[in-house]
Amino acid sequence: MKKDTFKVGNEILKSRLIVGTGKYRNFKETAQAIKASGADMVTVAVRRVNILDKKKPLLTNFLDPKKIKYLPNTAGCFNSEEALRTLRLAREMGGWKMVKLEVLGDKKTLYPNMIETLKATKILVKEGFKVLVYCSDDPLLARELEYLGASAIMPLASPIGSGLGIQNKINLSLIIKSAKVPIIVDAGIGTSSDATIAMEMGCDAVLVNSAIAKAKNSILMAEAFKNSVIAGRQNFLAGRMQKLPFADPSSPFKGLI
Amino acid sequence: MKVCILNILIMAKIQLNGKKLELKKNHSILKLLKKYKMDSKKIAVELNGKIINRNKYKLTYVKDKDKMEIVHFIGGG
Repeated sequence: MKKDTFKVGNEILKSRLIVGTGKYRNFKETAQAIKASGADMVTVAVRRVNILDKKKPLLTNFLDPKKIKYLPNTAGCFNSEEALRTLRLAREMGGWKMVKLEVLGDKKTLYPNMIETLKATKILVKEGFKVLVYCSDDPLLARELEYLGASAIMPLASPIGSGLGIQNKINLSLIIKSAKVPIIVDAGIGTSSDATIAMEMGCDAVLVNSAIAKAKNSILMAEAFKNSVIAGRQNFLAGRMQKLPFADPSSPFKGLI
Repeated sequence: MKVCILNILIMAKIQLNGKKLELKKNHSILKLLKKYKMDSKKIAVELNGKIINRNKYKLTYVKDKDKMEIVHFIGGG
């Protein structure tokens, strides 16, 4: 069998699990959970340095960007200008060309503003960024993002941080079927079985933060996610049995005494 | 009055990360970063809306009324 590799942008990743670095109790836990997850790429946010507290611990001291790939995001941006400003600063910081674009439309739902998202995607692609785009699960808009040059489409499973799992399997499967770029389910995954379902449906990867960080034992949950993403991918590659509306005995009737 | 004039001459009032700050004039970005114990490799600087290339921190001076932003990476999803 051909080796199953996951390529996004120009990068080949070993793991199909991408992990967020927010919401953990402390940086030590963040680092331990990420290690347990086996992820080789993590999302990070860009924020002002706290100039009043010089001794505040830094994420980079716990997660070495030379050892694990940083995927800067635009979380908290509500229009394309803010998102572009954030990602240009991120590029200056570490030379990162691969970024996660996330333009929010509303504080309550954190649903993406797709008009601004499309606008920003177009500009970022022109500027040479490899853009992984958080988006709604609308198949037509996903296609539009691909047309604009997005390196990966990242439809939400359900609202960010909700843990509600995949709410619209039909839309997600339509997106998977038509896309030629990787599909990464982003947002709303609640537990590792949700990740298995996404992978089994044919997603290329999943991006998880809250489901790991907010678990009672985040390190154990990170390991569960590592295994469930592998299992889901194997399910997809193996091809599940056909569903039947009736029983089909596993032991033959022939030779019955 | 004399002190006041002297102040205008030698001090620069800037805004750093949304906070008002007084600095001696002829303060380079690099000097400012050292003052706040920041590693220039782990941050990015925007001065009056323009991103400053890391190689230019030494030769870019902060002027009166400048607006500066210094950012870094934190945990996020």
